[in-house]
Amino acid sequence: MNTETVFYFLGVCVVASPALLFAVFGITSLMDKPIGERLIARATQTMVLIGLFASMIILGLMLTLGIRYVPIELGNWVVIPEQHFHFHLKFIFDRLSIPFCILSFILCGTVGAFASRYLHREPGFNRFFVCYSIFLLGMVVSSLAGTIETLFFGWELVGLSSALLVAFFHEKLNPVRNGMRIWTIYRIADAAFLLAALTLHHLTGAGDFVGLMGTGSWPDGHATISEQHALMVGILLLIAAAGKSALVPFSSWLPRAMEGPTPSSAIFYGSLSVHLGAYLLLRVSPILELSLTLRIAVISLGLISAIYGTLVARVQTDIKSALAFASLTQVSIIVVEIGCGLRYIALIHIIGHACLRTLQLLRAPTLLHDYHSLENAIGSHLSQKKSFLIRVIPDRYRHRLYRFALERGYLDALSNQFIVGPFISVFCWCDRMERRWNKLLSGEEPNETPPIITRSESMEEYL
Amino acid sequence: MIPELHFAWMEISILISLAGSLWLKFTKNRDIAYKRCLITCALVFLTAVGGWIDFMLLQTFEATDQFSLIKLMWNRDIFTIDELSAPLLPLAALLYLLTVLSTLKTKGHRFSFSSTLLSEAILFATLSSREPWVIICLLSVATIPPYLEMKTNRESPRVYVLHMGLFIALLVSGGILSGFGDTHGAISLVAGALLTTAALLRSGIVPLHCWMTDLFEKVTFGTALLFVTPMTGAYAVMRLVYPIAPAWALQGIALISLTTAVYAAGMAFVQKEARRFFCYLFLSHSSLVLVGLEMATPLGLTGGLCVWISVGISLAGFALTFRSVEARIGKISLTEYHGLYEHTPTLAALFLVTGLASIGFPGTLGFIATELLVEGAIEVYPLIGTAVLIATALNSIAILRAYFRVFTGTRHIASISLRVRVPEHVAILILVALILGGGLYPQPGISSRYHAAEEMIQLRETVFHHAKSEEKISETGRPAAQPPLISL
Repeated sequence: MNTETVFYFLGVCVVASPALLFAVFGITSLMDKPIGERLIARATQTMVLIGLFASMIILGLMLTLGIRYVPIELGNWVVIPEQHFHFHLKFIFDRLSIPFCILSFILCGTVGAFASRYLHREPGFNRFFVCYSIFLLGMVVSSLAGTIETLFFGWELVGLSSALLVAFFHEKLNPVRNGMRIWTIYRIADAAFLLAALTLHHLTGAGDFVGLMGTGSWPDGHATISEQHALMVGILLLIAAAGKSALVPFSSWLPRAMEGPTPSSAIFYGSLSVHLGAYLLLRVSPILELSLTLRIAVISLGLISAIYGTLVARVQTDIKSALAFASLTQVSIIVVEIGCGLRYIALIHIIGHACLRTLQLLRAPTLLHDYHSLENAIGSHLSQKKSFLIRVIPDRYRHRLYRFALERGYLDALSNQFIVGPFISVFCWCDRMERRWNKLLSGEEPNETPPIITRSESMEEYL
Repeated sequence: MIPELHFAWMEISILISLAGSLWLKFTKNRDIAYKRCLITCALVFLTAVGGWIDFMLLQTFEATDQFSLIKLMWNRDIFTIDELSAPLLPLAALLYLLTVLSTLKTKGHRFSFSSTLLSEAILFATLSSREPWVIICLLSVATIPPYLEMKTNRESPRVYVLHMGLFIALLVSGGILSGFGDTHGAISLVAGALLTTAALLRSGIVPLHCWMTDLFEKVTFGTALLFVTPMTGAYAVMRLVYPIAPAWALQGIALISLTTAVYAAGMAFVQKEARRFFCYLFLSHSSLVLVGLEMATPLGLTGGLCVWISVGISLAGFALTFRSVEARIGKISLTEYHGLYEHTPTLAALFLVTGLASIGFPGTLGFIATELLVEGAIEVYPLIGTAVLIATALNSIAILRAYFRVFTGTRHIASISLRVRVPEHVAILILVALILGGGLYPQPGISSRYHAAEEMIQLRETVFHHAKSEEKISETGRPAAQPPLISL
C-alpha cells in the first residue's frame, strides 16, 4: 500500500464519517423512525472519533514525510466538457485546513458529549443531533474544501443548521424570530458568496483553489487574476465573510443566536461558525494581496467591528450576550490580522480563541457558582475598578457612548427603518393593489388582511 | 424519417387516462373512485416511464409512436417525443399519481378524480405533441376543467375567464397570423409578439399573473397544483416561440421573467395566506425557469431545463406537504404560528427538504441546476446573474418563514391524531428520494438536459439559417436548394 492510497483512504474517512452520521440521523427522521438517545450519543462519539483520528494520522504522516499539501480527488461531480463547466469534488489537507478540521472535530466532539447529557430527555433531542450532524458535516466540508464550490456547499450546511438551532426552543416566539433573522442575514451573505464563486469560476475557468491561487500551497500561493477583478471578487467575499462572522453591519445576529441551547451557542456562534468568515478570508488571502484597496477595506471593517464589539460587550447584562460580543471583538481582530497579511498569527488566534470561548460558553450556566468559588479562593470580592476609558471620557460623551452600546449601535433599528420597513411596505402595497385589481375584475369583495403591526424588535414582527 | 418507439406509449397513456376519466364519471362511491383513480394514474405513470426508457434506448433526438392509431387513420405523426418532452412526461405522470395518492379520503368529495384524469390526458397530449396547432388547441382545452370546478364551487370565475379568454385569443390569433410551417419558421413580428404574450400569460408573468392567485383561492389545492406545476406555459414558449424568436426578443422575455421572479419572491415574503404564498413562490421559480430558457446559450438553456425538472419535483413535494397540513387544520394563515411540529415532525422535515430543494440548496436536485442557471446568466449579463441570486435568496427567506409559521409556536391542540398518513408519507418520500438522489448523483440528468439544450439551439439556428437564405434568394433572384422541413 503506497502513501497516496493511505492518504486517500484517511481523507475519505475524515469526510465520510460526518456524512454518514448525517445520513443515519436524517434518514431515520424522514422515515419517522427516530433512534434512541443512547444510540445517538454513541454514533456521534464514534463518527467524531473516526474523523478526528483519521485527520490526526494525516497530520502525523504529513509532518513525518515533510508533505505540505495532500489533495484528495473524488473526481468531477458534474461535468460538461464542451462548456468547460465542471463541479470538481476535491478536498485538500494543508497547513490551513488540517488545524481547522481537527479543531472542528475536537470542539464538536466535546459539545456532542456535553449535549447528550445537557439535553437528556429533552423532546427535541433527536432534532438537535440532526442539526448537529449537518453542522459537523458543513464545518468539515468547509475546512477541507479544495474548490470554492465545495466550500460553498459546506458553508450553506453550516448556515441552515445554525438558523434551525437558534430556533430550537420553537414553542417560544423569540427563538424562532431570531432564527429567522439569522437565516435572512446568512442568505444575503450566501448570495454574495455564490456570486463571488461563480465570478471566480468565470474568470479563471475553474473553481479549484490551486487554479485560483496559482502555484504554491497555502500560505505561499499567488493569485493569477487582475487587480480589478481581485477587488470585485474580494468585496463580495468580504460581504460573505462579514455575514458569517457577524462583522458590522451584520453584527445584530450574534446576540440573537444565544437563544439556542447552550451547547449549540458555545460551539456554533462562540467558537466555530463565527470563525468561518475569517477562515474564508484566510483561504482566499492570495486574492487580498493583489489589491491594496481590498486590504484597506478588510482592515477597516475589522477595526470598526472590533471597536463596536468591545464597546457593546461592556454593557451587556447577560453572560451569553457579553461573550458573544467579546467573540466578535476577537474575530474582528483576526480579520485585521488577515488584512495585514499575518496569516499564521490569524490561524493561531482562531484556534486559541475558539477553545477559550467554547470553555467559557459551556461554563456560562454556572457562572455565579464559578464567581463564588473564585472569590472564596482569593478571600475577597473581585475588583470593580473603573476602566481607563471611563475615567478619561467626559460624562456627557460617556452617556452617549453608553446609550450607543446599549442599543447595540442602533444596527437593528437602522436596518429595520431603512431596509426591512421599506421593503415590506412596498410589497404590502403591491399586495393591496393586486387584491383591488382582482376585486375590480371579479366584482367580489377582497379578503381583508389584518393590519400590519410595525415594531422595531424583529423583521418578523412587521408581518 | 423520424425513428419509432417500440410501442405506442404516448397514445396508450392518453387513452388510459381518458378511459379512467370516463370510468370514474360513473363511479359514485368515493373510496372506490379513489382506488380506481390511483390504479389509472399508476398505469399512466408506468407507460410514461416505459416510453421514456424506450426513447433513451433509441439514442435519438426525437421519436414517434409505433402502431399509432392516429397515424393509421390520418397518416400523420401527431404525437412525437423528443429530448425536451421525454422527461416531462414521466414527471407529469408522477405528479398526478402522487397528488392522487396523497389525497385524503375525507377530501374526495371536493377533489374530482374524473376531472383530474381528463386534465392528465390533455396534459399528456400537449407534452407529446410538437404540432403548433395541436398544442394551441390542447392548451386552450386544458383551461376548461378548472373553470368547471370554479362553477361547481360557486366561485366567481371572471378573473380566470378574462385571463384565459385572452390567452386563447392571443394564441389563436398568433397562430393564424404566423401560418406555421408555410414559411419554415420565419414569422411576422406581430404574430411572434402575440404568441409570446400568450405563453407568458399562461406562465403568469407580471402584470398578467393575477389569475393564478385567484385560481389558488377558488379551486382545490390539488387542482390548482396540477394546473400550474407542469409549467405548460414554459412548454408553449419552447415549442411556439423559442425556435422562431430573434435573440433580442428572447433576451427581452428573459428580462421580463426575471422581473417577475424578483417581484414574486418579494410578494411571497409578505403573504398572509399559505395558498397565495405558494402561488407566488411557484411564480418566482417558474419565471426563473423562463430566464434560463431564454438565455439561448448552451449553459443558460441547460440550467433552465434542469431548474424546470428540479422545481417541478421539489415544489410539487412542497405543495403536497402544504396540502397535507391544510387537510388537517383547514386553510393556513401565515399571520400566526401554528405549532404543528410535535404533531407532524415528519411533515415538517419533508416541508423543509422540499422547500430547500426548490431554492437549490446543496445536495439537492436544484443545486447544480441553479449554479448552471446563474453561470449561464453571468455569461450573458452579470447583472442578470445577480438578480437571479436575489430572487433565490428572497425565496429561501420566504420558505423558512413559512416553515416557522406552520410548524413552530405554541403546540397546536388537537383532539385527534394529526400524524402523517402512510399514503401521504410515501408520496412525499418518493419526491424526497428523487430530490436527494438527483442531488447526489446529478451527472446523468445534467448530461441529458445539456444534450437537449444543444439540439434545441441547433434547431433554432437551422430555422434562422433558412430564413436568411430565403431572404437572400428573394434579393438575388437565384434559386436555392430546398430546405428541409422543420417541425416546430
